[in-house]
Amino acid sequence: MTAYILRRVLQMIPLILGVTFLTFALINLIPGSPVQRLRDNPKIRPEAAIELEKQLGLDKPWPVRYVSWLSDLARGNLGVSMYNRLPVADRIWSVIPNTLLLAVVSLTLALLVAVPLGVYSAVRHGTLFDRSASVGAVALYAMPDFWLALLLVIVFALKFKEMGLPALPVGGMTDPRGGGDLRDRLEHLILPVMALSLVQIGSWSAFFRSSMLETLSQEYVRTARGKGLPNRSVMYVHAFKNAFLPLITIVGLALPGLFGGAFIIETIFAWPGMGRLTIEAVGRRDYTMIMATTLMFSVLTMASNLIADVLYATLDPRIRLE
Amino acid sequence: MVDVVTDEQQSDYQLAPTTRAAGPIPTGAASSLSSSGEAEAYAGVLDRRALHKTPGLYIRAWRRFRSNGVAMTALVLLSLIIVFVLSAGLISTYVTGFTPQENHLRDKLSPVGTNGYMLGSDGNGRDVLTRLAYGGRISIMIAVLSAFATFFLGGSIGLVAGYAGGKTDAIVMRLVDVLLSIPGLPLLILISTLYAPGPVGLAMILAFVSWPGIARIVRGEVLALRGREYVDAARTLGASDRRIVLRNILPNILPLMIVYISLIIPGLILAETGLSFLGIGVQVPTPSWGNMLGDSQQFFRTNYANVIIPGLMIYMTSLSMYLVGSGLRDAFDPKLSQ
Repeated sequence: MTAYILRRVLQMIPLILGVTFLTFALINLIPGSPVQRLRDNPKIRPEAAIELEKQLGLDKPWPVRYVSWLSDLARGNLGVSMYNRLPVADRIWSVIPNTLLLAVVSLTLALLVAVPLGVYSAVRHGTLFDRSASVGAVALYAMPDFWLALLLVIVFALKFKEMGLPALPVGGMTDPRGGGDLRDRLEHLILPVMALSLVQIGSWSAFFRSSMLETLSQEYVRTARGKGLPNRSVMYVHAFKNAFLPLITIVGLALPGLFGGAFIIETIFAWPGMGRLTIEAVGRRDYTMIMATTLMFSVLTMASNLIADVLYATLDPRIRLE
Repeated sequence: MVDVVTDEQQSDYQLAPTTRAAGPIPTGAASSLSSSGEAEAYAGVLDRRALHKTPGLYIRAWRRFRSNGVAMTALVLLSLIIVFVLSAGLISTYVTGFTPQENHLRDKLSPVGTNGYMLGSDGNGRDVLTRLAYGGRISIMIAVLSAFATFFLGGSIGLVAGYAGGKTDAIVMRLVDVLLSIPGLPLLILISTLYAPGPVGLAMILAFVSWPGIARIVRGEVLALRGREYVDAARTLGASDRRIVLRNILPNILPLMIVYISLIIPGLILAETGLSFLGIGVQVPTPSWGNMLGDSQQFFRTNYANVIIPGLMIYMTSLSMYLVGSGLRDAFDPKLSQ
């Protein structure tokens, strides 16, 4: 297992090379540059723009710049922002905890609701409970999360205020007017977490329900029934464990989506996370920042895929990692 | 043998003997399978003439779909939405009398049903109903186009990789790994901000980002099916790779692909509208449900209607597409929808 993990980690190196090369090419092959705005500005001497370009290293061809970016990366240096000349790494490390907080809380909440809901629906298959849970799951799954977020704001912030109820905050992580205690932080978490996890609950509970139903139609479940095991033990011992396996892959695949998928939600709620940072950087053509956030998202994706695979193999003896 | 087969399973076998080979019949008929043809293997269980009389898989699936109330309602709703967006020109000429681009700044943010704006006007004084029809046309076209591209690209690549195995599989899956290691949304945001594509370009970008997912799932399923006894049996009987892929494997993964695409179409609608919402998808003044919603954000403290209306259209479309998709799934795979 250790050898497998080690090899997978080593395999990430060519992947990272592929991803960064692709991204670097993508952002450099199009016309325009971070200093374009200076060039278009008649008040600024063209020489000044050229000078700045030289300082940023933009006068060299992009493959050369890619190699020097890589050699910096190998020394653990992500470079400085082309927008404000501050180290990119500092900025990234300052927003990662915010994104992780949002993602982990949403993920936990979604799993805690979705798994029992899915199991219970499959067990009570065809009943009123199952049907209403399925309707609810579909209704949530198809919901555009950005619209859901706006509706939540309208209801819990605007309408609640109008009705004189305690309204929830809708922007940032803390109240700028002297907030910052635990209660204030939790209040700021509620709406973005709801917007993120409700949609996941929809898709995961439906997925888990069908995975459980699929498992229940397997031969070993029939065998377990055939040898006279009580229904409870068939459901929760034989079926549940096997039905749970595909969910690991789904959650593993959704994890980076939750980190990056918070993009729009982070923008709506002015949440200072990776998503908002990336959108900001793309808008400013801040090449070094774009490279750094893409790298972060990719490493996060690969790590969660690896964790899902290892977890899967640990739990399912039929799968052998070679 | 016959008496252990329930009615439901039996109807399955009549429907498509090749798609249910993992059930009790082939196991029970294994001895005859080794000496005679595929169809004969079932002869001990079913009357062969009954097989010929039974309508094909797709006709049976359509019949099941038709009897599914939820799916049919969704199909009707989806058709209505499609008719609505296709008649955008007629609506503009005969119903509202506004073009999607014309501004009436004096009437901006008119509430629903006032000043001649049936669904109100937006922040630039443009008629919401007209823009809704034109915007939907763009949004739905992008989703459908990119779904088709994803289906063919991802499906065929996954099928080939999973069946061929070996080096082909390794190379294709490394490429899939690279693409899946760049998370979709950041990549989408990056490409569409930098390249500012038109609607068709946006659809292709969405497909480019989506195909690795279905390729990986199809490949995994093919890998599992390749090792099944009935595939071994077909191979023993001398079936060519082409026949095995098309007759024994594809029918088994098609329901899965339909489920996947049905899950991905609402996702594609949401991706396009999400990008347009952020202002980096379909560019104004061309309307899209996403950028209408995005525009409404700056007035949403005073004007809820402009938030609710385009969002509701996005929601109804993605919901009905999803319900039609899962209706199809149930129709193809009655085992899951008992």
